[in-house]
Amino acid sequence: MYSNKVLDNGTPARTSTKTVALQIDGVQITVPEGTSVMRAATDAGVKVPKLCATDSLEAFGSCRLCLVEIEGRRGYPASCTTPCEPGMKVKTQSKKLATLRRSTMELYISDHPLDCLTCPANGNCELQDMAGVVGLRDVRYGYDGENHLQAEKDTSNPYFTFDPTKCIVCSRCVRACEEIQGTFALTVEGRGFGSKIAPGPTDFLSSECVSCGACVQACPTATLMEKTIADAGQPDHSVVTTCAYCGVGCSFRAEMKGNEVVRMVPNKDGKANHGHSCVKGRFAWGYATHPDRVKKPMIRRQITDPWREVSWEEAIGYAASEIKRIQAKYGRGSVGGITSSRCTNEETYLVQKLVRAAFGNNNVDTCARVCHSPTGYGLRQTLGESAGTQDFDSVDETDCVILIGANPTDGHPVFASRMKQRLRQGAGLIVIDPRRIDIVRMPHVEANFHLQLKPGANVAVLNAIAHVIATENLAKLDYITARCDLAEFAKWDAFIRLPKNSPEALEAETGVPAVQIRGAARLFASVPNGSIYYGLGVTEHSQGSTTVMAIANLAMLTGNLGRKGVGVNPLRGQNNVQGSCDMGSFPHEFPGYRHVSDPTVRELFSTSWGVPLDGEPGLRIPNMFDAAIDGSFKALYVQGEDIAQSDPDTKHVLRALEAMECIIVQDIFFNETAKYAHVILPGSSFLEKDGTFTNAERRISRVRKVMPPLAGLADWEATMAFAKALGYPMHYTHPEQIMAEIASLTPTFAGVSYDKIERLGSIQWPCNDKAPNGTPVMHEGQFVRGKGRFMVTEYIATEERTSRRFPLILTTGRILSQYNVGAQTRRTQNATWHDADVLEIHPHDAEQRGIKDGEFVALQSRKGDTALRAVVTERMQPGVVYTTFHHPESGANVVTTENSDWATNCPEYKVTAVQVTPNGKPSKWQQEFASFEGVQDSLLPKKDA
Amino acid sequence: MHPSASNRADASTSIPKDSTSVIDAAIARLGSLKGALLPILHDIHEQLGYVPPAAVARIAQGLNLSQAEVHGVISFYHDFRTSPPGRHVIKLCRAEACQAMGSKHLEAHLTAQLGIGMNDTTADGSVTVEPVYCLGNCALAPSLLIDGKVIGRVTKRRLDQLLDGCRNQGAGA
Repeated sequence: MYSNKVLDNGTPARTSTKTVALQIDGVQITVPEGTSVMRAATDAGVKVPKLCATDSLEAFGSCRLCLVEIEGRRGYPASCTTPCEPGMKVKTQSKKLATLRRSTMELYISDHPLDCLTCPANGNCELQDMAGVVGLRDVRYGYDGENHLQAEKDTSNPYFTFDPTKCIVCSRCVRACEEIQGTFALTVEGRGFGSKIAPGPTDFLSSECVSCGACVQACPTATLMEKTIADAGQPDHSVVTTCAYCGVGCSFRAEMKGNEVVRMVPNKDGKANHGHSCVKGRFAWGYATHPDRVKKPMIRRQITDPWREVSWEEAIGYAASEIKRIQAKYGRGSVGGITSSRCTNEETYLVQKLVRAAFGNNNVDTCARVCHSPTGYGLRQTLGESAGTQDFDSVDETDCVILIGANPTDGHPVFASRMKQRLRQGAGLIVIDPRRIDIVRMPHVEANFHLQLKPGANVAVLNAIAHVIATENLAKLDYITARCDLAEFAKWDAFIRLPKNSPEALEAETGVPAVQIRGAARLFASVPNGSIYYGLGVTEHSQGSTTVMAIANLAMLTGNLGRKGVGVNPLRGQNNVQGSCDMGSFPHEFPGYRHVSDPTVRELFSTSWGVPLDGEPGLRIPNMFDAAIDGSFKALYVQGEDIAQSDPDTKHVLRALEAMECIIVQDIFFNETAKYAHVILPGSSFLEKDGTFTNAERRISRVRKVMPPLAGLADWEATMAFAKALGYPMHYTHPEQIMAEIASLTPTFAGVSYDKIERLGSIQWPCNDKAPNGTPVMHEGQFVRGKGRFMVTEYIATEERTSRRFPLILTTGRILSQYNVGAQTRRTQNATWHDADVLEIHPHDAEQRGIKDGEFVALQSRKGDTALRAVVTERMQPGVVYTTFHHPESGANVVTTENSDWATNCPEYKVTAVQVTPNGKPSKWQQEFASFEGVQDSLLPKKDA
Repeated sequence: MHPSASNRADASTSIPKDSTSVIDAAIARLGSLKGALLPILHDIHEQLGYVPPAAVARIAQGLNLSQAEVHGVISFYHDFRTSPPGRHVIKLCRAEACQAMGSKHLEAHLTAQLGIGMNDTTADGSVTVEPVYCLGNCALAPSLLIDGKVIGRVTKRRLDQLLDGCRNQGAGA
């Protein structure tokens, strides 16, 4: 359960502007209309005993402990289900109420094991607390009657246990699964005395449960209990911090015993997640102390040499001397760095500062290159700012969602739960995705339209939707006239009305029946508040930037920007991908997206940093690889990104890595890139440092150190030491000072400080004099760029085409339990759900090839081949296959190509022409991978026993 | 009368129907009703005599519910069996009037005669016995329901005759 040290108001807050005044135990209190008597009581400082109520769930009224007396009313109403009425006089304590409560408690305890002292919930149990509160002293019924004490414990879930002997069937878990998570995996089985909580007709592990932890958090007893608490005992303190997995950026309380995390619990006050979590943030944090963590710096001259563990001084000294040597020999531009979207804003800022100020060039890029760079570009061009327009809460007010190229129930589960809450309230849903992702149809949620397009046809589908809205006169012309550049609009309008953009004309390209596109367009154009949410299925295409612009066009066309419930919402992949972009990680931009060629901006940074700065944009990641192969790029400092696994066309990447003379890897694990490295600087996990992350809604939240860095230095400290060794000392004693520098140099961050974040909990940028408390919704009143700019989005099919040799299209993505390259989640029990990448294939394609479900198949493209197990499923459309890249040995990116977005070079991960054949055997690449891994393992220092 | 008994003869004499097609047909026919879950469960129960475990996932999929929800509803109602019943089903009334008229003795006799407990089926698959709470036949208590037919003023002798009938005949009494 949630810590009993945190106040629980019993029932959710109400937001009505009408108020009701009443008296509770003589205390006068005014509350919003609809507030329960229980909540009003806690507001008045009066605690009413309760078991089945908790403020994250609607009242249920089953436990009969919260009974009160109300003057002029008969009986003893439950305070949780009784709404406040004007003039009510409520008594929460009386002799009669005490007797009733004690008798109820007596019944609960007559069927409850009396093992409080050895129970894992001891010290944090609502049942125990309530027994104390009502003064239970005796159970007159004895304990010999019928009971549930022999019921079997379910330990099948890797992270928590279900012990029905301790269950009081309050249904909090069932309701949490339904109301908050929206999975409906729990039920009350049977009836009457035989009632039992059950995850359907099976155990927890084989059930529909997605292990979000909401039920465990809601449980008032030890029935649903984290295994870590059962093992370690209750925490002694907790620290509020931010999850380091996806771009939702959930706020968590790290519950600690000394320096050891015993539990991560989502923070009720967290504005991104409002107390909800997913299996990764809630449970999969054990990687932080996994034995595989790199704890000592290491160096070697060549990648065929054994590693030598050395001191920080020696490693950093060696790295700096190599950079200097290489720059002297090959030129200033022969070195570069990659910042990490996994690290803090402050750390990212320091790495780009190091590259620009100490390396003396602009060869800095970030992993956003391979995910959301088109978002930055596309939204900047159309709206004027490189970020999503809304906060997550905005979805509560939307009337129709377009979800394109995103699979939030797997990739952004906490936000998906939020979206599903709104969908269950009746909002429309249009899914544009080549796969039948879960949200298309899952319990109590069903898309109005699933436009199951062919991979690569995003722009065609969006143009067709816009064509319908324009030609059927559904556009919001008043909005456009008031807020957009009309000359640009006229150009666009003429383009979009062309017959070639009609859904009928594009049917062959999109694979989507025109009637569906027309229906979806009419639905979206008809609602008061339409919102668009998207992910990497939009950006990772040769027309990624065009698609982002088409999305912005559609939002402007329907007047859906600048207020709650609407907007363009990129679901960011990594915890700090928004932040790493904001912090100047791109080779052409300083922090705050200001071009390096702008002399005023350069002067500002140059003065602050005390060095002259280069006005020429540097190399992007793919350019770095190409230059390395050409022989002009020789050294790379990579912080927290595994380019050897995550970047496309692996063989090309590895050739580039092999061609370099010094690769400095700073990471918490010895990752795939490290096998090609010369210097290893041990990274620090999010638990080991202070800083901030910026999530997909531009929310800057604090990351707080709960344990010392395992290797002695936090990442920002290591970067500082490196800069110093390069002859460019930096002087910070705390990341707070780095943020102060960022704020002083970046207009959108001008008002941000650690003090203010502390006060407000979190801040959404822009935060400056105009918006001192931040900006939940952007473009209110007018667009950041002034007038919104429609961009002509000509559909140009990708060059990656199917052929007789490669007749299928491969598209890639993620699954719930694993995260990105899997470096973290593979080192947790999340592997229980996904221990290998598989290839999803439609039954028709499988049958044609004689492929059986579960069979090992060969996957080939013009770039390379690999082998993995097939899963035959109707989620796929015929002609399209799908896999994930969570495991390095599956080599998904050996198969992907070098194609990329025309504007930003974001790789076209989502479209690769392939062939799939039965009887797969490990490919040549996989065999080489295995043998190279063996060699590299043997070069690592022997682990202490 | 509970619909589960109406097709008893059919279920006991013909070859067991393909349960999957029965389930899918029920979903197809009734799935668009508001609150379709109970009508579908009744329909399947009526045709097969029970709700097979395989029905849970299929109904959940068909109605866009979770499997847990379907399981919760099936397990809530005693009348939904989850395994095939015997060829004959005897439901003995345990409600007040019948108890007052000695149904407890009848229950003891019945279970002793068959060598099984309530909610059990005999090893030869001939008889399933279940309790029921009021058949609306209180004036003629104690009562039971055999293969859908109400019998009043049941005595041990009458019960033995009924049991003989069940054991000796393939078809209903």
